Amino acid sequence: MPPSVLGTVAGMETTVRLTVDGTPHEVSVDTRTTLLDALRERLDVHTVKKGCDHGQCGSCTVLLDDRRHLTCLALAVSYDGATITTADGLGEGDDLHPVQQAFLNHDGYQCGYCTPGQVCSAVGMLEEVKQGHPSHVTEDLEADVDLDAEGELMVDEEIKERMSGNLCRCGAYRGIVDAIREAAGLEQHERQEAGA
Amino acid sequence: MTATPIRPRSMGTHLTRLDGHEKVTGVAAYAVEHALDLPERPLHAWLVTSTIARGTVERVDASDALAHPGVVQVLDHTSARRLAKPDDAELAVLQDDAIGFRGQIVAVVLAETSEAAREGARLVRVHQTPAAAPAEVVLDDGEAYAPEVANAGHEPDTTDGDVDAALAGAAVVVDATYTTPHEFNSPMEPHAVTAVWDGEHLSMWDSTQSVHGVASVIGRALGLERGKTRVRAPYVGGGFGSKGLPHAPEMAAALAAFAADGRPVQLAVTRQQMFSLTGYRTQTVSRFRLGAEPDGRLLALSHDALSQTSRYKEFVEQTATSARTMYAADARATTHRVVPLDVAVPAWMRAPGEMPGMFAQEVAMDELAVACGVDPIQLRLRNEPDVDPDTGNLFNNRRLLECLERGAARFGWAERDPEPGVRLDGDWRVGTGVASASYPALFMPGNTTRIQALGEGRYAVSIGAVDIGTGARTVLTQIAADALGVEPGRIELSLGDTELPKATVAGGSAGTSSWGTSIVLAAQQLRADHGDDPDAGVETTATSEGYPDMENLALHSFGAVFAETRVHRWTGEVRVPRMLGVYSVGRVINPTTARSQFLGGLVMGLSGALFEEGYRDPRFGHVVTQDLATYHVASHADVGDLQVEWLDEEDTAATPMGSRGIGEIGIVGTAAAIANATFHATGTRVRDLPLTADHFLT
Amino acid sequence: MKELTYVRATDAAEAVAAVTADPDARFLAGGTNLVDHLKLGVATPGSLVDVSGLPLTEVESLPDGGVRIGANVRNSDLAVHPLLRHGFGAVSRALLAGASGQIRNQATTGGNLLQRTRCVYFQDSSTPCNKREPGSGCSAIGGYGRYDAILGTSEACVATHPSDLAVALAALDATVVVLGPDGERRVPMGELHRLPGHHPERDTTLAHGELITHVELAGSPVARRSTYVKARDRASYAFALVSVAAGLELDGEGPDAVVTDVRLAWGGVAHKPWRATAAEDVLRGRPLDAAAVREAVDAETRHATTTDQNAYKPAMLRGVTTSALTTLAGRDLA
Repeated sequence: MPPSVLGTVAGMETTVRLTVDGTPHEVSVDTRTTLLDALRERLDVHTVKKGCDHGQCGSCTVLLDDRRHLTCLALAVSYDGATITTADGLGEGDDLHPVQQAFLNHDGYQCGYCTPGQVCSAVGMLEEVKQGHPSHVTEDLEADVDLDAEGELMVDEEIKERMSGNLCRCGAYRGIVDAIREAAGLEQHERQEAGA
Repeated sequence: MTATPIRPRSMGTHLTRLDGHEKVTGVAAYAVEHALDLPERPLHAWLVTSTIARGTVERVDASDALAHPGVVQVLDHTSARRLAKPDDAELAVLQDDAIGFRGQIVAVVLAETSEAAREGARLVRVHQTPAAAPAEVVLDDGEAYAPEVANAGHEPDTTDGDVDAALAGAAVVVDATYTTPHEFNSPMEPHAVTAVWDGEHLSMWDSTQSVHGVASVIGRALGLERGKTRVRAPYVGGGFGSKGLPHAPEMAAALAAFAADGRPVQLAVTRQQMFSLTGYRTQTVSRFRLGAEPDGRLLALSHDALSQTSRYKEFVEQTATSARTMYAADARATTHRVVPLDVAVPAWMRAPGEMPGMFAQEVAMDELAVACGVDPIQLRLRNEPDVDPDTGNLFNNRRLLECLERGAARFGWAERDPEPGVRLDGDWRVGTGVASASYPALFMPGNTTRIQALGEGRYAVSIGAVDIGTGARTVLTQIAADALGVEPGRIELSLGDTELPKATVAGGSAGTSSWGTSIVLAAQQLRADHGDDPDAGVETTATSEGYPDMENLALHSFGAVFAETRVHRWTGEVRVPRMLGVYSVGRVINPTTARSQFLGGLVMGLSGALFEEGYRDPRFGHVVTQDLATYHVASHADVGDLQVEWLDEEDTAATPMGSRGIGEIGIVGTAAAIANATFHATGTRVRDLPLTADHFLT
Repeated sequence: MKELTYVRATDAAEAVAAVTADPDARFLAGGTNLVDHLKLGVATPGSLVDVSGLPLTEVESLPDGGVRIGANVRNSDLAVHPLLRHGFGAVSRALLAGASGQIRNQATTGGNLLQRTRCVYFQDSSTPCNKREPGSGCSAIGGYGRYDAILGTSEACVATHPSDLAVALAALDATVVVLGPDGERRVPMGELHRLPGHHPERDTTLAHGELITHVELAGSPVARRSTYVKARDRASYAFALVSVAAGLELDGEGPDAVVTDVRLAWGGVAHKPWRATAAEDVLRGRPLDAAAVREAVDAETRHATTTDQNAYKPAMLRGVTTSALTTLAGRDLA
């Protein structure tokens, strides 16, 4: 490989620095290694899941430098120095993050495989809302966005649209939306689902 | 000894999923997440698959692959270990040169990293020769035959009375054909295995619905002695039937482990490969005929179901079986015909038979309601049978009508104007629909539980069952607690390992019923043998063979599904803002996890109604919509206000817990309710799933 | 995935020089499409020049009310930028209708325009595809065709361009700023993508080594009154069956208001974002009503080539176009 004036040149095996859930790592990767495989296969960080490996399911979502981000469509070598938070790194010590606790409270999962991605995505999504980002279902692009500001159903529409990059084949969507409502401090839907 | 009914204390109450913490943090370890438990770093296996549908492998040229850095070995049919019993064609992986479908495993690459394994697989050159006879890959290519038996042991054909004569004399006749496409289970965790062969024992961590099933089938085929195959599945990322039986990748992983000779191997099937190698629901074509009096009372009912199977291995979707028990009619007939094709092997997908069959039946009933000018719920009331039309047995707890009536009240059915295609809300045409649901209460014998007293009122309960997300870990703990008369916190439940006593598959909505009965039996045996306060270390093992005599009762769960749909007047796009399911399923053991199961069934039913369709290219023979961007499953945005409820009941004729199964009934009838609602919204009757926008463009 | 050399670029001109010099090199930006293709064996470059770190991350306002967008601005940041939300609704809406929150956080402006078709055969290297392997044949013709193009197709290719953003930029006459070995050139958006003809392997008119550095949009009344409507199977996280980016300028109010300017571009119908100029011509100078919209769309789709599987597209184009113009007009056109 020719020396380059461009910047960093990586051979087939190279080392990248990643901080994962607060722990700094130097990990040897192939230039072809995705962030997802670097985490799972080289660092044994399995709290990020591989559902499709092609950006079509959201199971591998983490917070990367504080934004929600897929890890399957990212080459590790281009993320040297990145800070990654998986679902396991969200809480404080043994305490769960409020979003995680809300998932427990609302049974927002079944098999659990998409769950770490859903949780990370929800945390990132709520931050986007806090920053006033509109979504595809926001009626007025120029108005301030606040989940609490609109009619109740609209709030669910906003949450669901923003979470649609995370598929759940068990179909736990209802519980996930309720969990996010709780974590966001929104009023809960009434339920009358017990037997009669 | 047989189990006797137990008193509910924890059962029927909410208990947060016991593995919830592990799931929301992600530390729950699935099949290829056990590297830290392995003696050394695993090799990565990658599957190479055939690119013709019928023919032979002439030669597998692995030279380029082996030259690629990191590639260690390439297995093919000349080098893989021979099976002792290769009688299951699907599992006879790399045993000969025959190619039976496109996407079949023809080589396995082993490499130090997954990157090298993937590239190695790309570099393997497979020389294939197509068979002289052209491959037959679509329904029209082949000729249908009458199978000896349909899935789950059902007779293929039944007949009672003269359907043709009854139809000829009927005032109102519905005669229509309904189709469902190839559908794919698509659990979020792709099928995956970690396997190690230590020279004597084969150890696997597998993504399976049945650890004992995998161990016995794979072990037997390999000729391993009993007890030499250990399979563990502490966490499984969904299955929906596709992990109920071992498929070819499990065998490929086992063969790779032998080849690696002590080195662990991990194999994760790619999402694309899942569409050929892990089972699917075959397409179905149902001709449904109903003959009725002017008031809708049925005189004749007939369901002729056509599907396809793999020439490689037969699987017959039991599409017409629900028509045998749902409604009363003097003349009834059902048939199953199947076309053998050179295609991937179909298998179980959530509610095989009921899902496509009830779609056809419940849309046909809606058409009859329209033809007679009778309300669809009234129509079902008028056709309620006194006894099971199929067996003549009494139903135990058939409460379909209560489900329909309660649902109607809650959904606001009374205010419904039956006129189709007349409601516009903004740009959306609005309609509502209803369908019945049913699923048999199945029970599997041969489940064994070991209970050991740990002292101080604590018990270790062991059974080799699997929690694939159903909540089994939580629910079985509640059952054990009630069976032993202690708090759930006193139970230490172990499952997901063949070192634990034998258990049947998490399938057929029979897991909790079958495993739970075994737990109850073991608990009652323990109490009978050792009293209320056994010493630490005392243990009892018991196997449930049956409960009780079910021969003379027709045991089914029932339900009613209501849907509101909105169809965009300009684009034809269909949305489902509202659904309600009301179910009669015996005692609900954990309302939280049960609710999630019902909701999940409704979501999967909605997904099948609106999106799911595998397109098999007639020229190539494989499904080309083979990923989650082109095979759509429902996303968050597709799911509206879902509500479920269930009747307060117990069914101690079914199980000592008073419960029946709940895993599948939520998907049954859902697509029909949505299809019926789209008719009500638009006046356009669509009989083919999925109900995509192009059907409703004006 | 072939073995790869990876280079992180710190300077745009040198990145261009490096890729220009090596026919086997490719630019890597957000990676959401290229990494996908590396895994599928659809792309097999020998080296990657990573341009994601180049400082092309600003959205700047231009004196005439326009904006200049750096090629590395992430889709999510562009979608929510006040300048776009205020002056270029169709662009914000198109971005928000695409992919998912996570992918939009990663995907770049330049990369979005250069993403490749989602035709199932292009992505399945076990089947022939002229775009992936020139001369091998088109499997989509006679195969799975629900998403196939209906306008500007050729015997070699019926693929559609998948970008939502590109459709909005085509409607609003954006300019793409490109850096090549000989310096900068400006490409009108309508000329960036090409029809397949005999060379479906070429998606765009860019030469190997040319790098998109910016996209510029001029402010205008039609841009301020613009939107994007996308019809798809799933309610979210799905590629378009068909889509429309529309801009409208009316003289007057109510049913008699005359269309003084209108912009229509369609997605999901062609190998490139399809600027519906014939449809625009029909509408200009007339009051806006459903009949006019139908006539306009039909004028544009008169020469559409359809099969059983995508025969729905002209009708659906009428649908999305009517829907978009209804929104922009602020009244029911029916």
